[in-house]
Amino acid sequence: MMMTTTSSFLWSCSLLPSQGPNRQTQWKRHEKVLSFSLSCSPKSTVKFYMNGALVSRQLSRKVAVSGVVRAGFELKPPPYPLDALEPHMSRETLDYHWGKHHKTYVENLNKQILGTDLDGLSLEEVVLLSYNRGNMLPVFNNAAQAWNHEFFWESIQPGGGGKPSGDLLRLIERDFGSFDDFVERFKAAASSNFGSGWTWLAYKANRLDVANAVNPLPKEEDKKLVIVKTPNAVNPLVWDYSPLLTIDTWEHAYYLDFENRRVEYINTFMEKLVSWETVSTRLESAMARAVQREQEGTDTEDEENPDDEEPEVYLDDASEEVD
Amino acid sequence: MASCVVTTSSFCTVSDSSIRLKSSKLVHLQRRRSLGSRGGLKVEAYYGLKTPPYPLDALEPYMSQRTLEVHWGKHHRGYVDNLNKQLGKDDKLYGYTMEELIKATYNNGNPLPEFNNAAQVYNHDFFWESMQPGGGDMPQKGVLEQIEKDFGSFTNFREKFTNAALTQFGSGWVWLVLKREERRLEVVKTSNAINPLVWDDIVCERVSLIFSCYKVMFPLDHMYFCCCCLQPIISLDVWEHSYYIDYKNERGKYINTFLNHLVSWNAAMSRMARAEAFVNLGEPNIPIA
Repeated sequence: MMMTTTSSFLWSCSLLPSQGPNRQTQWKRHEKVLSFSLSCSPKSTVKFYMNGALVSRQLSRKVAVSGVVRAGFELKPPPYPLDALEPHMSRETLDYHWGKHHKTYVENLNKQILGTDLDGLSLEEVVLLSYNRGNMLPVFNNAAQAWNHEFFWESIQPGGGGKPSGDLLRLIERDFGSFDDFVERFKAAASSNFGSGWTWLAYKANRLDVANAVNPLPKEEDKKLVIVKTPNAVNPLVWDYSPLLTIDTWEHAYYLDFENRRVEYINTFMEKLVSWETVSTRLESAMARAVQREQEGTDTEDEENPDDEEPEVYLDDASEEVD
Repeated sequence: MASCVVTTSSFCTVSDSSIRLKSSKLVHLQRRRSLGSRGGLKVEAYYGLKTPPYPLDALEPYMSQRTLEVHWGKHHRGYVDNLNKQLGKDDKLYGYTMEELIKATYNNGNPLPEFNNAAQVYNHDFFWESMQPGGGDMPQKGVLEQIEKDFGSFTNFREKFTNAALTQFGSGWVWLVLKREERRLEVVKTSNAINPLVWDDIVCERVSLIFSCYKVMFPLDHMYFCCCCLQPIISLDVWEHSYYIDYKNERGKYINTFLNHLVSWNAAMSRMARAEAFVNLGEPNIPIA
């Protein structure tokens, strides 16, 4: 069930900051180019609400000079063969979970956005825009599920499990007490997520996108690791968190291997599947991004000052003086 | 008070099954406390796991025995056990019938922890009784007439039902309900554990106010609680656990099989008959001499 790449011209643009090790190369726009003069700018700015604040993001929309047929998102295969996770996650599960569920989400997403405003944006952008402050647009479910599943396949690996190290372990121990405590809480969250949904480990480093919302004493401790559980297709991107790890607790993820035994599935996931290297890499980029955003915040403040013009003052008579 | 619990809730459940089923086993347990006579073991159970009104392999090949074993024997049983555990913690929710418990724990949209388990117990009980071996096909007489009146045609009803089941994203249920105020059938879909009973107070405020006065006057007569504004007639479980073993991701196939071979129109008929005690669907046909 591996997707074969076609012979058409593939073009990629790095859009929103990466969310993982391979993000620059993900979500290649699969375009059939009839003419070779393609440009990757112009940039347009889109404002939308996230986390209660107005966020403006630069979207680079691919504008081709002539005759480009947009074919939408592609179904990226997991970074390992479909039977590589046996016996912890069977090949049959991968066949159905990736080959049917994930594929259907991608196909339906493409059908929904073809020819609309959302066509041409990256998957992350589609997710953020269609979340629409909780009043989700119809395309949200498919877009978010496509993103979530892609993220999920990369969160696991054959021969996974074990313990993290380095910065990730340090932050886990700082924010949860100990690694074992974290694992317990993560497992509890995943087992208690009623219905369909996902459980995440995320890096939370938000700041309001308002010019004067500057933390006067910024500290590393303000940026935390958090465990979040979300229903159905929601993911922590919509709250401006940086997801690091996820487990799919929709029943289709574990029913073929474990039937109703979700706890066993979660245990297997944590002990044998989770890829801490990927999580560490994601944490690094998340931390770097947070620092960059902080700097951008201060930079724009400095830049604005020289552009400030003298406020215009209208005087009736230039020679008159105020008493 | 304890005996009251038994009579009223058994009344509600027996009335569902008495009309047509012979082999449904009511495993309804009264609240018991053994005070040291069994070596200090305290047994408290408020709700029992009701077996489906047919053997577990009776729905083959449309719903396999394995599905029944896991769906009823593990999921449904788990909800009952967890509910009993939760109810055993304190006396706050003691003495409710199942419908009352659901509405009370729904708490008008801010559900208490017991809601999920209580609602799922009810939902699954209702679901097993909405199916029968040799089911499917078309409904008869009254039900068919009402469907054709409210949906235009049976095919249209099937389409609406199938569409609702396919578009219920995530876990949930699809119901054919009889709306009390509007006196018509409708297809509704609900998410996770929610069922149409919970919309009672919101929709029928006026009615429940009258009935709450009635309750004060006749405190032991719980019959009015069976009168819900949205009377469920048929339900379909679209949680993935209900079809994954047999159909994997093909929800559409599962829905078609349900409508073609499993749905019990007999159950629908008896539920409609009971609902008509509370809903005036129209003038009766009085033959003119």
